[in-house]
Amino acid sequence: MTRRPPGWLLVSGLMVAALAVLPAVYLGVRAAEADADTWALLWRDKTWGLLWRTLGLAVAVTVCAALVALPLAWLTTRTDLPGRRGWTVLLCVPLAVPTFVSGYVLLATFGNGGVLEEPLSRWGLPVPSVYGFPGALLALTVSTYPYLFLALRAGLLAQDPAWLEGARSLGMSPARAFWKVTAPLLRPAFVSGALLVGLYVLSDFGAVALLQYDAFSRAIYVQYEGAYDRTYAALLGLALVVVTAAVLVLEVRLRGRAGYHRSAKGAARVFSPVSLGRWRWPALLLCGAVVAVGVVLPVGVLVYWGVRGLVGESASMMAPALGSVLASVLGAVASVLGALPLAFLAVRYPGRLTLAMERVSYVGYALPPIVLALSLVFLGVRALPFLYGTLAMLVLAYVVRFLPQAVGTVRSALLQLNPHLAEAAASLGQSPSTVFRRVTAPLLRPGLMAGAALVFLTAMKELPATLLLAPIGFETLATRVWGATAEGRFAEAALPALVLMAISALGVGLLVSQEGDAPRG
Amino acid sequence: MMRKLLLTLLLSVSSTALAAEPLTVYSGRNEKLVGPLLKKFTEKTGIEVKVRYGETPQLAATLLEEGDKTPADVFFAQDAGALGALGNAGRLQALPKATLDKVDARFRSPTGLWVGASGRARVVAYNTKKVKPADLPKSILGFTDAKWKGRLGWAPTNASFQSFVTALRLLKGDEAATAWLKGVKANEPRVYKNNAAVVEALGRGEIDAGFVNHYYLYAAKKSNAELPVANYFVAAGDPGALVNVAGVGILQGTKQVDNARKFAAFLLEPEAQAYFSQETHEYPLVAGVKTAEALPTLAKVGSPDLDLSKLDDLRGTVKLLQDTGVL
Repeated sequence: MTRRPPGWLLVSGLMVAALAVLPAVYLGVRAAEADADTWALLWRDKTWGLLWRTLGLAVAVTVCAALVALPLAWLTTRTDLPGRRGWTVLLCVPLAVPTFVSGYVLLATFGNGGVLEEPLSRWGLPVPSVYGFPGALLALTVSTYPYLFLALRAGLLAQDPAWLEGARSLGMSPARAFWKVTAPLLRPAFVSGALLVGLYVLSDFGAVALLQYDAFSRAIYVQYEGAYDRTYAALLGLALVVVTAAVLVLEVRLRGRAGYHRSAKGAARVFSPVSLGRWRWPALLLCGAVVAVGVVLPVGVLVYWGVRGLVGESASMMAPALGSVLASVLGAVASVLGALPLAFLAVRYPGRLTLAMERVSYVGYALPPIVLALSLVFLGVRALPFLYGTLAMLVLAYVVRFLPQAVGTVRSALLQLNPHLAEAAASLGQSPSTVFRRVTAPLLRPGLMAGAALVFLTAMKELPATLLLAPIGFETLATRVWGATAEGRFAEAALPALVLMAISALGVGLLVSQEGDAPRG
Repeated sequence: MMRKLLLTLLLSVSSTALAAEPLTVYSGRNEKLVGPLLKKFTEKTGIEVKVRYGETPQLAATLLEEGDKTPADVFFAQDAGALGALGNAGRLQALPKATLDKVDARFRSPTGLWVGASGRARVVAYNTKKVKPADLPKSILGFTDAKWKGRLGWAPTNASFQSFVTALRLLKGDEAATAWLKGVKANEPRVYKNNAAVVEALGRGEIDAGFVNHYYLYAAKKSNAELPVANYFVAAGDPGALVNVAGVGILQGTKQVDNARKFAAFLLEPEAQAYFSQETHEYPLVAGVKTAEALPTLAKVGSPDLDLSKLDDLRGTVKLLQDTGVL
């Protein structure tokens, strides 16, 4: 089914892909300045050690995040779990917790003189060490599982119940039907979510630095932190791009070529929820435990900081809150718009070029955000001086950074959509834009919403690009929090951080309430 | 709401277009610390200031990336290394002699490209419940002693720590620096992200002593006055007594040389110097301004003789830190 894509679609896709590849180009330009000494630094044994440690952490976090996200996604979409929507919102919030807060929570819990010390010592037990691999694993799992949770939810919501019902009517047990029918159909959603988790771990600096796990991104940051050595940092960054490329190729192999949409006649119905019965208690316990670790603990710490400092000067949160929402909403909308041509081309017009374009959108994702911000400075002052220093530049940065989050979710939603529906509408004389507006977009809604939610949540706490690229004087909640914590004024950080989390929860709540009973194809 | 927002945006755009071009400052110093000071500058001179706040190294990287197209007129940096790096890249222009001469030669660029505005001493912060000052060594080199095993904390990714290691290399040579790093590493110090985290950990009793800049203690005590932590100054002239500076440089190619110079000069006026001393607990660098009461005088601290511009030579330091396994 290889057809030629329409020209306008190809051109818009190519433009987005060019933007996405920018960070790699920038690194190439800087790395070209490297002399032999600098290359020698890269080829040391130390570099390989870092690489293995980083990849090991990425795999472990992905596995753990999947173990948490899959049951939660199923419980909140397919069962009669009490308070499903509320849980969904709460379970997304950890994505919005700034890293310094989640890191501090771990230290305040497991560290010396932490919360656990006294109760455990009563039993004669030592406090488990939080430093190194276990701590990084825990911290990153808690902050990244929502990527998979949202992706899997979107996948589950878009599935056609007829398949599961067919399997059940043929005598499969519910469990067997889940693993034989539901789970395989979830593969695109799972792979796209897992990719986001894995690549995020490669890029993360906050958690690994705080918990003293020696990872690749930390090595890159060290160069920018103190050495003003852009060349060596660029080489390390390019190495990370190569690793990312390898992961992306691997993912293509994993995802396979199967079709995932319904092909039978008629429209899909809404799932009738599985009754949990007595199982709803352990199910609630699971949701509660995850929310306790991911939401209640950080909120508790923030409230404690706020109360301890008695918030001496309560500066108005209005301006930074508006700034955060404005920039994040624009970033979310722009990212989803940018993701549409890439996902459409890759799914509806599969081929080497379109596949490459979609893959390329992930390139910048595994890079530490500071590299990305600098690549946009590089582009901005040279090619877009009229945009440099305006809000548009910041939105552009958010698109480059968060595009994969939208591409992954839109793509998996599109895979589950039968192309014949759009074709039928077109054959009835509807223009392509009408077909998209009236048929495709409504059917894609869960995927588009999930993509927008992901970008919104992560853009809310974005810092390096916001500091360097926002118009001068433009404040967000994240920059407020940073301003207060950089000098150790934790009490003043509490209020903006709490407002940030509250707005994020509100945003996700709005999206989840929209998700409702979207028609499915 | 949206309409109101758009209106505000439009108004702010048109108002900046009408007013005289404001001075654009890139500040690696925190808004909480220097915001009020910049307001005083505007009140006094009538010169409007636009400030981009950020981390010093990231702003330095941005300025290098922006090159001659930078919108910035002035760089107000947290440490001398960043100013040195920009100076080396030819991005700074010479300051007037009258401004430079106000500050001791140790605390400004030998080529006149930047000048220190306030001093920040390296100290050993310690937990007062677990350590007596008499137990602390006279030299920073004493911390390789095995009695400190499991009791130390440091922040090796932090710029101010790396500046100190660079100073150690410049003063005592690479071998001595390697020996010190290996010696302290053998004592299994806990690693923290930054100075503030080290001070927090000292307060929790997680460690007994840590290597930090002197003023983080006072910031932490603002949140919690009973924090059982105090500063210890090693002997004068010791590499551990290094006083680094936060300073200011004027960008090459600025169209506002006069205003930028006024800004640099303002930071060295008694009013600004007193502000650093009282509000941020830093050392004033201009003679005649009183140091905060809790601190020993700058003369007593005795920063070793060293060109602080050279603190930008961090590649060797980072390599050393990596080779010794500290990073």
